[in-house]
Amino acid sequence: MTHDEALLEYTLRLGDTDVVLAQRLSEWVGHGPIIEEDIALTNVGLDLLGQGRMWLAYAGEIETRSKGHGRSEDELAFLRDAGAWRNAQLAEMPNGDFADTMARQFYFDQAHLLLLRALAKSADARIAEIAAKAAKEVAYHAERSADWVVRLGDGTAESHARMQRALDNLWPYTGELFAADAVDRMLIDAGVAADAPTLRAPWRATVERVLAEATLRMPAGEWMQGGNGRGGRQGVHTEHLGHLLTEMQFLQRAYPRARW
Amino acid sequence: MNEWPLWEIFIRSQHGLAHKHVGSLHAPDAAMAVRNARDVYTRRNEGVSIWAVKSADIVASDPDDRDALFEPSHDKVYRHPTFFPMPDGVKHL
Repeated sequence: MTHDEALLEYTLRLGDTDVVLAQRLSEWVGHGPIIEEDIALTNVGLDLLGQGRMWLAYAGEIETRSKGHGRSEDELAFLRDAGAWRNAQLAEMPNGDFADTMARQFYFDQAHLLLLRALAKSADARIAEIAAKAAKEVAYHAERSADWVVRLGDGTAESHARMQRALDNLWPYTGELFAADAVDRMLIDAGVAADAPTLRAPWRATVERVLAEATLRMPAGEWMQGGNGRGGRQGVHTEHLGHLLTEMQFLQRAYPRARW
Repeated sequence: MNEWPLWEIFIRSQHGLAHKHVGSLHAPDAAMAVRNARDVYTRRNEGVSIWAVKSADIVASDPDDRDALFEPSHDKVYRHPTFFPMPDGVKHL
């Protein structure tokens, strides 16, 4: 595997995770519990979509320089089937109720912030640049989702129960965020990628602190989805991604090359 | 959400000196009021500072008292600082 092959995989993993989660958040448009939250959730989604575009655009450039021809960010987003996507499985989990959405967002945001702050020091100048910009947006996302976990956890009996259930259900999908395979290892050694396994401890400390404040129980369980090289980042997805892509890609697939 | 209090939001723009009233929103507490204000009222780079005040905490003058409160100041020209001759060479006063 060449450096560019690994870099292409890595940037697709970053971009795909952002785009899939942005698509999930866009499903809340018009369905938010209150207008202010409708705007806030979709703002987060737009931020992630913007970051996803930057990562996918870079991926396309890497493809072009290493293979002579590459895909645009649009082609990458709208013409790949589920098996070719490299997002973490956590991102494709369904929205469920508001607690499910905020649990997913909380787990992801805290990891995403740590990841971006590490990537801001990447030896790859483009990665460092994108990550530095994105980290500012994600710092806000992370505070926001933590605030919601605290309010829902330390809220009514119903919000507490729903929040606990949501955190417990999604717990097995958090392991993948800190996994490292051969692609990661090659780029970690080159100083380009973030050393994801080392981010697990600070992530866990943050999660423990917020859950304690929220009077919620820290989920237990060692077993994680997506292990043994069969994670979303390697192209192995849950039954949810296909449906998500069907909705997202329908227009471009039904009317190829359609433009606004 | 019916129990969430209403908050009045004031934003100071980058080039302004005063916070201006821009609207209102609902939020369960003060921290969320500032967050919601950031998401609802600063999307287009409208400002750099947010004040949130519970609507119930705002005390306003009664419109019926308008004459008694404000009419008397219409014709008291001596209260305006416009009678001082400005020396030449004094700028920016």
